[in-house]
Amino acid sequence: MNSQSYYNPNVTLPTVLCCVCGLPINPNSANMCVPCLRSKIDISEEIPRQSYINFCRGCQRYNIPPSHWVTAELESPQLLAILLKRVKGLSKVRLVDASFVWTEPHSKRIKVKLIIEKAVFSSTVLQHSFVVEFVVMPSFCEDCHQGAAKDHWNAVVQLRQKVKHKKTFYYLEQLILKHRAHVRTINIKERPDGLDFYYSTRNDAIKMVDFLQSVAPVRLKLSERLMSTDLQSNTANFKHTYSVEIVPICKDDFICLPAKLARSSGNISQVLLCLRVGTSLKLIDPNTLQLAEVTNEKYWKEPFSAICSYGDLLEFVVLDVEPVSTRGKFALADVQCVRARDLGRASGSFFTRTHLGNLLRPGDSCLGYDLTSLNTNNSDFESLDHCQLLPVLLVKKHYPYRRKNRRSRKWKLKTLDKEIECTNQFEQDKASAAFESFLQDVEEDRELRSTINIFKNLHFNSDDCAVRNEEDEGEEDFPEPSIEEMLDASTARAAVFHCNGKKPGAIVNLTRQHRRSTATISFCLASRYSCPPNQFGTGLKFLLAREIDLKSILSETKEAAGIHWATRQAAKSVTLSTPFFATKSSSPRKG
Amino acid sequence: MAFRVQFENNNEIGVFSKLTNAYCLVAIGGSENFYSTFEGDLADTIPVVHASVAGCRIIGRMCVGNKNGLLVPSTTFDTELQHIRNALPDSVKVQRVEERLSALGNVIACNDYVALVHPDLDRETEEIIADTLKVEVFRQTVANNVLVGSYCVLSNQGGLVHPNTSVVDLEELSSLLQVPLVAGTVNRGSEVVGAGLVVNDWAAFAGMDTTSTELSVIESIFKLSGAGPSSITSKMRASIIESMS
Repeated sequence: MNSQSYYNPNVTLPTVLCCVCGLPINPNSANMCVPCLRSKIDISEEIPRQSYINFCRGCQRYNIPPSHWVTAELESPQLLAILLKRVKGLSKVRLVDASFVWTEPHSKRIKVKLIIEKAVFSSTVLQHSFVVEFVVMPSFCEDCHQGAAKDHWNAVVQLRQKVKHKKTFYYLEQLILKHRAHVRTINIKERPDGLDFYYSTRNDAIKMVDFLQSVAPVRLKLSERLMSTDLQSNTANFKHTYSVEIVPICKDDFICLPAKLARSSGNISQVLLCLRVGTSLKLIDPNTLQLAEVTNEKYWKEPFSAICSYGDLLEFVVLDVEPVSTRGKFALADVQCVRARDLGRASGSFFTRTHLGNLLRPGDSCLGYDLTSLNTNNSDFESLDHCQLLPVLLVKKHYPYRRKNRRSRKWKLKTLDKEIECTNQFEQDKASAAFESFLQDVEEDRELRSTINIFKNLHFNSDDCAVRNEEDEGEEDFPEPSIEEMLDASTARAAVFHCNGKKPGAIVNLTRQHRRSTATISFCLASRYSCPPNQFGTGLKFLLAREIDLKSILSETKEAAGIHWATRQAAKSVTLSTPFFATKSSSPRKG
Repeated sequence: MAFRVQFENNNEIGVFSKLTNAYCLVAIGGSENFYSTFEGDLADTIPVVHASVAGCRIIGRMCVGNKNGLLVPSTTFDTELQHIRNALPDSVKVQRVEERLSALGNVIACNDYVALVHPDLDRETEEIIADTLKVEVFRQTVANNVLVGSYCVLSNQGGLVHPNTSVVDLEELSSLLQVPLVAGTVNRGSEVVGAGLVVNDWAAFAGMDTTSTELSVIESIFKLSGAGPSSITSKMRASIIESMS
């Protein structure tokens, strides 16, 4: 169109009058002065001047739909990024500049000044500056909902096992921790004979039930309680209860099978020891090394109970071992043993057969069941010919000296965070003895260890084991987990947090000059999340998974006497320090 | 007097009409409002004629003329030519022109004395123009654009050109054409003044969109203000009437 062959820099255009207002202007493609152009064309007409963002009241985070929550300060670049994403129609124009206009922080309004550019009339570019107002709408994020709904459950999984001890539950607890099947649980309560897992939705409960069915032989019963119903829309709210009952047989139990079941399982003897409880029961005949497996369905069709269990174990000393045959990792042997308390007496030794032939040497002590002084109420057992039975059933090897001298282990286990009903001292002693026995089982059984996670014990005190007797040297084969099997607790903790998708939400540094006053606080902090505190100097450092826990703790301790607390919002850490003398009055808040 | 008018809701008056001091050609439209506006104002003095060129209504851009003659493109039908010849006064010579650039209204801008033509116009056409329209022909561009007829409107009193014409060009053109020129717009900022406006020595017709600023510019440069039909007999007599004998 322009056929200029030379460049003339001195071209001056005449002034034309703006066609609307008559102002002399330089001609442009619209031939209107800028104010007239601006009044005629509004390039920002498609951009809404008011919008809203969601802000969580619990954890002070802003929402990026659909489900992402982000912490941002007022007038920060992160908040600007979030708000610009919420402005519709910005893709059609070019954004030149965006900045905040100051608003009162508690007004729940955020104003953003935008300068946009758009081409009109093909060769004219118009710039427009305007303010978009955002209303901050209070809401609650998913995580805060979960935290707040702690006591409101819709489904519960009641896990029970009608056995005197709780060793199976300790094992299940470790399995649940390893497979992280407890992430959606609102609450876990300890009950007599079992545990209750509370969930807010039925699906989460079903997931837990599926997990339990896959690791233990269980029987399931579902029941529902109608909470409310809406006849108009034909809906109803229920509270679901899944009653999960575990087979009451444990590892190392002495069992008597019903005759029909024994015959159908390969014509095995009725008197058996339980080797392992997985999804099915594995039983062994100590007389013939014959193995049998009883599946879940078979058991519940005709349930049988254990005659002797963990509490009935007695200590025996092996006097003589005569191997007979081997089968896989078991070796059949004739042994002569005597009760540990009868050691030294002339009479009282038993001749029996055991499946532990490759483990036992003369002089070893072991645990077993004394069938001669047994008193049972089992009809199957009574129908057997008692002359055919072995007098003593040896179950496992025992290491008395190592056990006595060993005070702390190189490894440790994690536990679930659960509510415990108040129990008396006797129950607690029984529970801790059972837990100790479970730990011994973990130490001795490599296969069991492979199914759970064990962690390095950073507080391991090697001085405790320095004292040794000469008798110890005979127990060289004392099984111990190797270093490779132990997970690093810190990496595990990081793994736990990482798996939740978040870094540690908050850090609480508790500096104590006065021990007593911090006791309640540290108990409160420790019970929130089951991660033990790190010790540093005179203080304790707690890592909390969620910032919301920090807020609740702070609100609880604010009322407590004599607490200073200084918060650093950016680092999300709080320093709680108590004065040297505990006083009644609460100190002013700093920071 | 400057008027605002629309042809079938279109503001490009210069496309659908051709106005000179001796006659006025108007396109055939659906409703006769356009025609009646012209007729109401001009019919006392000059003939207002319905016409079509080559079956098209865009007669303003196809033909060019002044009080001396009218040039039509080679595509005009014989019947149309005959009709125009019949309707126009005998003093106006109607000539058909064989020209490659057949939209004569776009390539030629003229008043009764001078004409600006497209630089690439044929020699013969230039001669025909000089003969028929009795004008002096100049080959020029307006605002570096060769379509002089579209971007320039001339009358005997003045002229309106494309707003992007440089000051130097304006002076040069003005000296060539011997009339005052101004750069301006019509129809709310449209640069194509030739298509948006028709003008003669006492009347101008622009699109309905023309703002009052533009209209005042038009009235001032073409010296139309206060020029009613009565002033024909006083001021403009000389340009209308060649001789009184």
